[in-house]
Amino acid sequence: MRFRRKERLEPRAPLGLKLAAIAGLLFLHVPLGFIILYAFNTDDKSFRFPPPGLTLKWFAVAWEREDIWESLGLSLRVATMATLIALILGTLAAAAIYRSRFFGREALSLLIILPIALPGIITGISLRSAFHLANIPFSFWTIVIGHATFCVVVVYNNVIARFRRTAYSQIEASMDLGANGFQTFRYVVLPNIATALLAGGMLAFALSFDEVIVTTLTAGQQSTLPIWMLTELVRPRQRPVTNVVAVFVIAVTFIPILMAYYLTRETHETAGPGR
Amino acid sequence: MVESEVPAVSFTNVHRHFGMVRAVDGVSFDIVDGEFFSILGPSGSGKTTCLRLIAGFDQPTAGRIMIHGQTTRGVPPYERDVNTVFQDYALFPHMTVMDNVAYGLMVKKVAKADQRRRALEMLEMVKLADMGGRKPAQLSGGQRQRVALARALINRPRVLLLDEPLGALDLKLRQQMQIELKALQRQVGITFIYVTHDQEEALIMSDRIAVFNVGRIEQIGTPGEIYERPATAFVAGFVGVSNLLTGEIAARITGSNTAFSVRPEKIRLAEPGNPAPEGSCTAEGEIHNVVYLGAASRYVVALDGGGELIVIEQNLNKSAAQVAASLGQRVRLAWDRRHNQPLADGEPGP
Repeated sequence: MRFRRKERLEPRAPLGLKLAAIAGLLFLHVPLGFIILYAFNTDDKSFRFPPPGLTLKWFAVAWEREDIWESLGLSLRVATMATLIALILGTLAAAAIYRSRFFGREALSLLIILPIALPGIITGISLRSAFHLANIPFSFWTIVIGHATFCVVVVYNNVIARFRRTAYSQIEASMDLGANGFQTFRYVVLPNIATALLAGGMLAFALSFDEVIVTTLTAGQQSTLPIWMLTELVRPRQRPVTNVVAVFVIAVTFIPILMAYYLTRETHETAGPGR
Repeated sequence: MVESEVPAVSFTNVHRHFGMVRAVDGVSFDIVDGEFFSILGPSGSGKTTCLRLIAGFDQPTAGRIMIHGQTTRGVPPYERDVNTVFQDYALFPHMTVMDNVAYGLMVKKVAKADQRRRALEMLEMVKLADMGGRKPAQLSGGQRQRVALARALINRPRVLLLDEPLGALDLKLRQQMQIELKALQRQVGITFIYVTHDQEEALIMSDRIAVFNVGRIEQIGTPGEIYERPATAFVAGFVGVSNLLTGEIAARITGSNTAFSVRPEKIRLAEPGNPAPEGSCTAEGEIHNVVYLGAASRYVVALDGGGELIVIEQNLNKSAAQVAASLGQRVRLAWDRRHNQPLADGEPGP
């Protein structure tokens, strides 16, 4: 009786709730495990459990496939370009919304954020018909524009949150001490928003890298890596190669998201004082 | 013209309106080179707006602002020979104390070695020479305040603007910094323009004070003039405690119904019917409130025939018990007629 967890202030969760939580997490993450497992499968036609044997040969096969390299190259170029556009436009938009008070400011802020809330299929269809109407042929750039719509949002959100925690008087102090607009941006604004830019950029990159819906509707004959995987899944040939690529995609998107998480978390703790 | 005759800062009929709000409403004044000039007023009186107009963060709607005889029209903040100590200090959190102080030299591309040497000199002046490697977050409020001061002085401006720089400090530290700031101003010999809502602070430090109310100047003068000879009811009420007498009550005491103020410490308490010296104003009444303040006591006397006067008297011979016992006693009040300060019409201050 006397030792009944006196120090524990919060009530303990009942066993049923704990089991449900564990089951939920397993449901979310076990399929990922299977994807990785079947990348090593010796059977190339069907996925049986347990796999008849494990092999590394599919990594070698994937390495030899020209079409994978092409799709990967396209995906990386699209993601890089979309992220670059998002960094510039997102930062400028955030600066304008933070800096000035004008009629329709809140509405504009909502319009910038809207593409991420809008279903990808709507973004995709509307862009597709817009390109048609404007007689723009599908190309690398139409994919980039499609991706930039939602990439801008993540950068914008990250940067404006940082701006709101930054005292505007810092910018005035810099100007007061003799720094012109460019110097103030370089020495005061940029260091203040650097980690927000990095985090926003990484998230934007990850979002772009695994996007399927908007890409399907805005790409012509080219296929990005996710599109390549989608088409590969319906062909029952060398199926583990798809899994090998999936493992790669998990790595490429997971690492930046994790880093973005740690970067923004760290600045949450240090940005408070010193104002 | 001799250089020193040119005002450090000169306002000529300056207006700054934000929509319908007249934050600065037709203000003119000259600040003498090298003086400690305070802009005193309640919040919303336009004092910070004036400072921002001088710094160049804001532009006047109308009127002319000159800094050392040169127009400020179209001159951006980074080309003005003034520097600012901000209310929130506005230190750069990602830079060390040393880099913060050296910032003004760094953006002017002064040689690295000179930057370091002069930043160190500044840090020595504000007694923070060994703190150069720290980040602002690692300093106390008072230390951050000194860093902000060192940073603003490193460009050797001819005018230093201070926007309630002591507002965030506790009382003891504030009093210490008031003395240090004043000493520093004498040492560097440049014009200080000091914005504050604290009338005591303004009286302690200033050579001259401009009292602001709703975007206009109520009075400009030395601390003595402002305190002893308040020009308006607002100044009398805002700077120190004042008794304000108007209309009939004023007429019963002075024979004229011109409004006037009299400071509570100028009034003496005496037994009823005691003769008052020649040239005195007198009134009789009953003490209906007493507060013992330690060094002095404050009495509120209800006058016969209406009105009341606050009297502050040093506790020269009276004990706390005697002070308390005086509640309800009838007294005669007397003060030198010369302490009556006739007032222009206006709303009384808080």
